[in-house]
Amino acid sequence: MTISPPTWNGPSIVVEGVTKSFGDVHALCGIDLAVERGTVLGLLGPNGAGKTTVVKILTTLLPPDSGRALVEGIDVVASPGAVREMIGLAGQSAAIQEELTGRENLEILGRLYHLGRTRARRRAEELLESFDLTVSADRPAKTYSGGMQRRLDLAASLVAQPAVLFLDEPTTGLDPRSRIGMWAVIRDLVSGGTTLMLTTQYLDEADELADEIVVIDHGLVIAAGTAETLKDRIGGDVLELVITDRARLADAARVMSGIGDAEPAVDGEAGQVSVPVGPRGSRAVIQAVRALDAAGIETEGLAIRRPSLDDVFLMLTGHAAESDADSDTRSGSRRRRRRERRARSVPEGTTS
Amino acid sequence: MTDRATPLVPVTVDQPAWPLRLRFGVSDALALTWRDLLVWSRVPMFLVFSIVQPVMFVLLFRYVFGGAIPVRVPGGYVDYLMPGIIAQSAAFASFGTAISLAREMQRGVIDRFRSMPMARSAVLLGRLVADTLRMILTVLVIMIVGYAVGFRFQNGWVPALVMMVTAVVFGLAVCTVSAFVGLALRDEESVGSFGLIWLFPLTFVSAAFVPVTSMPGWLQAFATNQPVTIVIEEMRSLALGGPLALHAWQSAVWLVGLVVVFVPLAVRAYRRPS
Ligand SMILES: Nc1ncnc2c1ncn2[C@@H]1O[C@H](COP(=O)(O)OP(=O)(O)OP(=O)(O)O)[C@@H](O)[C@H]1O
Ligand SMILES: [Mg+2]
Repeated sequence: MTISPPTWNGPSIVVEGVTKSFGDVHALCGIDLAVERGTVLGLLGPNGAGKTTVVKILTTLLPPDSGRALVEGIDVVASPGAVREMIGLAGQSAAIQEELTGRENLEILGRLYHLGRTRARRRAEELLESFDLTVSADRPAKTYSGGMQRRLDLAASLVAQPAVLFLDEPTTGLDPRSRIGMWAVIRDLVSGGTTLMLTTQYLDEADELADEIVVIDHGLVIAAGTAETLKDRIGGDVLELVITDRARLADAARVMSGIGDAEPAVDGEAGQVSVPVGPRGSRAVIQAVRALDAAGIETEGLAIRRPSLDDVFLMLTGHAAESDADSDTRSGSRRRRRRERRARSVPEGTTS
Repeated sequence: MTDRATPLVPVTVDQPAWPLRLRFGVSDALALTWRDLLVWSRVPMFLVFSIVQPVMFVLLFRYVFGGAIPVRVPGGYVDYLMPGIIAQSAAFASFGTAISLAREMQRGVIDRFRSMPMARSAVLLGRLVADTLRMILTVLVIMIVGYAVGFRFQNGWVPALVMMVTAVVFGLAVCTVSAFVGLALRDEESVGSFGLIWLFPLTFVSAAFVPVTSMPGWLQAFATNQPVTIVIEEMRSLALGGPLALHAWQSAVWLVGLVVVFVPLAVRAYRRPS
C-alpha cells in the first residue's frame, strides 16, 4: 500500500519554524528548510548541532514543539502513518539484527512492510546484489565489517523503495575507502530520483554528495546554499602554511593575522595555519614569506588554494567543524584526510 | 529558502480502515515473533541458559535445602517445591524480555520500526508471543526434571495441564511488567543490573519454597497476600489437590490486572520519543 499525493507539487521536504527542546536544552531554535524532489540536501553541523533531532522530527520519531514539518506535503504530526509510508531511515547507529544474516534482516523488514513473502524475498535479493553483499548474504551480520553493516543498514532503509530517504551520518566510523564506497552507493541511489536528506559532520562529504547544503549550529540555520555559493562567501583564496617547529605555531598565527582578512585558523596537530586572503593571492604569499622569514619561522609548505567548506564553516561558526574535545576515531581519520589533502596540494619547500 | 508563489497547504490523508490495520497488526507481530525464534535458533546458548538456571534451582532445593524444610503435603517437599519452582522460573524468564527490548531501543532497531508503517503494538506483541513459546519450553523441561527427581501430580492430568497453563500465563503477565521495565529504562546495562531486582522479594518472600507460616508475622502479612503466593497456592492446589475457588479468582484478578495495567504502560513507553 503506497500513498501517492498527486495534489502536492511543493518540495519533498518542508520544515518551517521548527523548534524542539529537551528540558533546558534547546536542540532546535526555529529551523527552516526545503528539499526539492529528487535532490540531496546535506545537513551539516558539529556534534550537538541538532542534526539528528531534525531527522527524528521528519521521520515521526519525535514531535516538534512548534512549527511544522511536511514530507511530500504530509504533516508529520497530523498524519505520521502516511509519512511513514513514504520514508526510509538509516539512523546514526546501524539498526540491524546482528544474530541474523543480511538476507534475513532484509526479508523480515520486507514482511513488516507487507510486501508478502515472495516479494520480500525478491527485494532482499535485489538489495543484497546492489549493495555488494551477495557473497556474505547468508552469514550472521555480526561477522560483517563496519562498512558492510552500514551498507546493510542502508539497504534496510530502502526495502520499501521510499520516495524520501533520511540518512543520519551514513559514513561516520568508516575508514576512508569504505567512505568512498558508500558515497558511490549513495550517488547511485539518488540518480534514481530519490529525495535524500543526509546529515554529516564531514564537509567533504556534503561537498561531494549534496546539491544544497544547510549548515546548522546550536539549533539554528547559519548558512544555506550550494557548496560553491558557500565557498564564495569567503570571497577569494586561502593561504595555508605548515610550520616545522610546532612551538612557533602561535607566532606564525600572529604574523598571518596581519596578512589575512580574518583571524587565522590553527590546526595544532598538523602544525597548520590558514587564513583567507581575498583576491590578493600571490602578493599575500610574498608578504607571508617575508614576514615569516623576518620572524625566523621555518615552514614545510605554503600554498594558495580555493576555500574548502572547512574554511566556510570556520568563518560561520568561529570554531572548527569538530571540537578539540572530540578526540574519537572520527577526528583521527579526519586529520588523516586533511594531511592527505595537504600532501596533494602543497608543494614542499616553498620557503626555508 | 525557496520561492513559493502559493502558501503550502498540507495534503490530508485518511487513516486506513481498522480491519486492515488489525490484520497488519497481527501479521507484523507474527513476523517479529518469527524473527525472535530465528535469533534463538542461531544463539541456542540463550535458551540453554534460560533452562539451566531453573534446573539448578530444582536440584538445589530438592537435595540441599529441601531436607531442612518441613511441609505438610502428600508427596513431601519435592511435591511442595515443584509448583513454586515452575512459577518462579516463568517469572525469571521475563528477564529476557526486558533485556531484548532495552537492547533494541538502545541500538536504534526500534527507531527504525517506529519510522515504518507498522502497528505500534506489534513489537511488544511479537516479543510476548515469542516469550510465551520460550516459557512453555522452560515449564516443560522443569516438569521433566521434576519427574526425574521424584515429583508426581496427585490430582489427575486435567488439573495438571491447567497448572502448567497457569504457570505460562503467570510468566506472561510478569513479562508485560518486564517489557515495561525494558522499554522505560532503554539501556541494556541498567536492565542487566536492575531489571530483575524487583522479582527477588516477590518470588522468595512467597510460598514458592517454604510455607509462609515459617516467616515472622510482619513478613507473613506481605507473603500471604502478594500475587506470587496467590498464584503458587493455586498451582499447588491444582497439582496436589485442595481447595481451589478462593485462589482461583484471586489469581485471575491479579493476572488480568497486571496485563491490563502494564500492556498500555509498555506501549506508551515504546511510543515515547527517544
Ligand atoms: N533525548 C534527549 N534528551 C536530552 N537532550 C537531547 C536529547 N536528544 C538530543 N538532545 C540534545 O539536543 C542537542 C542536539 O542533539 P542532536 O542529537 O540533534 O545533535 P546532532 O547534531 O545529531 O549531534 P551528533 O553529531 O553528535 O550526532 C544536543 O545538545 C543533545 O544533547
Ligand atoms: Mg546525531
